[in-house]
Amino acid sequence: MNASLTAQANSPNQTSMRAWSVALRYGLIGGAVALFLALVGMVEAFATRYVIANVIDLGTLLLFLSYLGAGYVAIKRSGARTPFEILSQGAFAGFIASVFIALLAVVIYAIPGIRTIFINASPALLAILTFKMGVPAGLVPILLSGVIFGAIGGLIEILPPSLRRSLIYAAMVVLVFGLMQDLLRVTLQKWKFLDPATSFTFSNNGLTIVGAVTLFILTFLASQLWQRRGNEARARYRQLPTRQQQLLGWGLIAFSVALLLVLPLLVGLFFSEVLVNVGLFILLGLGLNIVVGFAGLLDLGYVAFYAIGAYTVALLTSTSLEIVYAGGNPFWLALPFAVFFAVLAGVILGIPVLKIRGDYLAIVTLGFGEIIRLIVLSDFLKPILGGSRGIELIPKPFIGSFEFAGPEELYYLILAGCGLAAFVAIRVKDSRLGRAWGALREDEDVAEAMGINLVSTKLMAFAMGAAFGGLSGAIFASKLAIIYPSSFNLLLSINVLAVVIIGGMGSIPGVVLGALVLVGLPELLREFSDYRLMLYGAALVIMMLVRPEGLWPEKSRQRELHESQQEEILSGPLAADEEVAREGAAG
Amino acid sequence: MPILELKDVHSYYGHIHALKGISLTVEQGEIVTLIGANGAGKTSTLRTISGLLHPREGQVFLEGEQINGLPAHIIVSKGIGQSPEGRQIFSRLSVMENLEMGAYSRKDKEGIKSDLDHVFRLFPRLKERRSQTGGTLSGGEQQMLAMGRALMTRPRVLLLDEPSMGLAPVLVETIFEIIRDLNKEGVTILLVEQNAAKALSIANRGYVMETGRIVLSDEASKLQESELVRKAYLGED
Repeated sequence: MNASLTAQANSPNQTSMRAWSVALRYGLIGGAVALFLALVGMVEAFATRYVIANVIDLGTLLLFLSYLGAGYVAIKRSGARTPFEILSQGAFAGFIASVFIALLAVVIYAIPGIRTIFINASPALLAILTFKMGVPAGLVPILLSGVIFGAIGGLIEILPPSLRRSLIYAAMVVLVFGLMQDLLRVTLQKWKFLDPATSFTFSNNGLTIVGAVTLFILTFLASQLWQRRGNEARARYRQLPTRQQQLLGWGLIAFSVALLLVLPLLVGLFFSEVLVNVGLFILLGLGLNIVVGFAGLLDLGYVAFYAIGAYTVALLTSTSLEIVYAGGNPFWLALPFAVFFAVLAGVILGIPVLKIRGDYLAIVTLGFGEIIRLIVLSDFLKPILGGSRGIELIPKPFIGSFEFAGPEELYYLILAGCGLAAFVAIRVKDSRLGRAWGALREDEDVAEAMGINLVSTKLMAFAMGAAFGGLSGAIFASKLAIIYPSSFNLLLSINVLAVVIIGGMGSIPGVVLGALVLVGLPELLREFSDYRLMLYGAALVIMMLVRPEGLWPEKSRQRELHESQQEEILSGPLAADEEVAREGAAG
Repeated sequence: MPILELKDVHSYYGHIHALKGISLTVEQGEIVTLIGANGAGKTSTLRTISGLLHPREGQVFLEGEQINGLPAHIIVSKGIGQSPEGRQIFSRLSVMENLEMGAYSRKDKEGIKSDLDHVFRLFPRLKERRSQTGGTLSGGEQQMLAMGRALMTRPRVLLLDEPSMGLAPVLVETIFEIIRDLNKEGVTILLVEQNAAKALSIANRGYVMETGRIVLSDEASKLQESELVRKAYLGED
């Protein structure tokens, strides 16, 4: 916007100079990103996974996406209008970015000793970069790909929004299918009647070309259709009598519940395992969301409650001979104790920190989490808690003769836990207590002056958050059958907090989405786990810059972060004041 | 019996002796004002009454019942409503939610409903803006919201802390108008103000504070005449 405004003010020559320098700048940034991805080893590691069999792998795709991004952002910022400007400047930005990669290829080729500094600058990387053509022949396709993808990036920016959205969806679906092809293929093979479709879409190491193209076109058409007809469908829904709307609503809920109930049967062992891990984090996230999202108390030691739940169940149920005094009880007997002790710990933590706010609270809770970990690790308590060896032989839960043996069975346990937690969280959010938390999060002093009992309100937040943490820990212990202190480190607290923040603070569906994205995705892309934390960090930074309210924000938080926009709409506080003043003068 | 009474109250912030023996009374149906310069202890007096600050010595009585030492949320439910200084509203909550928070300590749904209507009648502007977030209101509207929220506690005594602070002169008129209307409806008001002239013009009685002590107390009209007040607070020679 700004760019185009200034563009009109200046002479055409200056304008185009400026646009080219913008293209240059984003080309340089895109090149730096591509260079970074190559040198940290991501390109090489990701190149082992084909998106489309023998055509394009994920590593090369990363580089192409850097060029594409450079072109896209350059055009977005430069305000180019004519097709020629867009194509040439986008291509220029992509070209500049690809020059970095071409130079890298030359350097790896000419100076083999570079590996002593950049260990990932290997001959294998050179082969990937130059499309196995070597230097100098491979430099041409590098620069050519830069020009092409830069231009495509520029074009994306000027497409009509509906077309752009459909294209992006289609590309993402192809990407997701390509990335998950191992898992999807294995899962789909369970369904014999789908075999023709499966072999049509997938080859042994990626999507087939026809499969990819078909997927792309199908998604594109579906998205276009929805955009054309979606409003109509929604309007028709709204015209239905309330009774039928309710019926439809219930039908949808019943369908979702049914789907959730049969999910493990549909998706098989591996996906069930992933779902169980995601479920544990949803449960943790829902608990921490109460403390951080609802009540605004920043808790960095949340792992403590998880540990307490897990250790309680371990101590009470383990059949290990070393645990002689309390072990051997069934899971269901231990579970209430796990939740009880977690709540107790929540209150014990809560009491001393009643008067502490903000950053100081974060530090105290951080310490609390570490204290619990050090206690279970300590030599002094080794006879009871097993020290660094932890506690083993924790049995699985039973209902009658049904054993929650593997992920496919444990899924139901965690589903029930999440369902319960979500239900409690939704109900409590709109209760008196929920409103008190909201006021507490806003301003403790005013909340107190409104007649809110700060002590009980804060303690309830800690206790309820801790209860969910304890529940999650209890299921975790019986899932793994053995627990160590090292499972309960600071990183876990940070991960749960990231789930809450990325999902959207205070938002319950946000927690589910956050857990799926931050825990589910990395599980599915296990071979890249070396880069997991790096991607985590990048995701958090990007998230805070682009969408600070989270993926699925809670409404009042969205209001806060977009207050300036709201103010503009409502003509601003100053104007309103003048209005009042005028009225006052008149009356 | 006075509805509110302070007897020789001493309050501290850490080592700082903020109130050095405050004694004052507020009778049923009065507007009583506390005037004084910055740091005289006006706000501290209000905080001591509402339980946000606990006095080290002395007593606070609400209709003869000793309330000092009780936690703030109990004091609110006993009938002391406060509109805090600097218009501390919940800026992220909507106007409606802010008002509902005011009624937090009450459970009589019918009464809350009728009080809400009452607040909207007093402040029609709040009704217009009820779904807007507090932070997007203008300064005057925020002050109205803070007062409306305090009224939602259905207070027996309403403590107002600097309601005119930072408002345009015309708005100050409006706010004082509303304070007078409220009082006519029978709300007892303890008003803290730096704008001494305005405060004395609507009050029945006044107390003048200086550095944690009450140095003068009288009928408001007599204070307006008093040499000390005229020189120090009304800006006259």
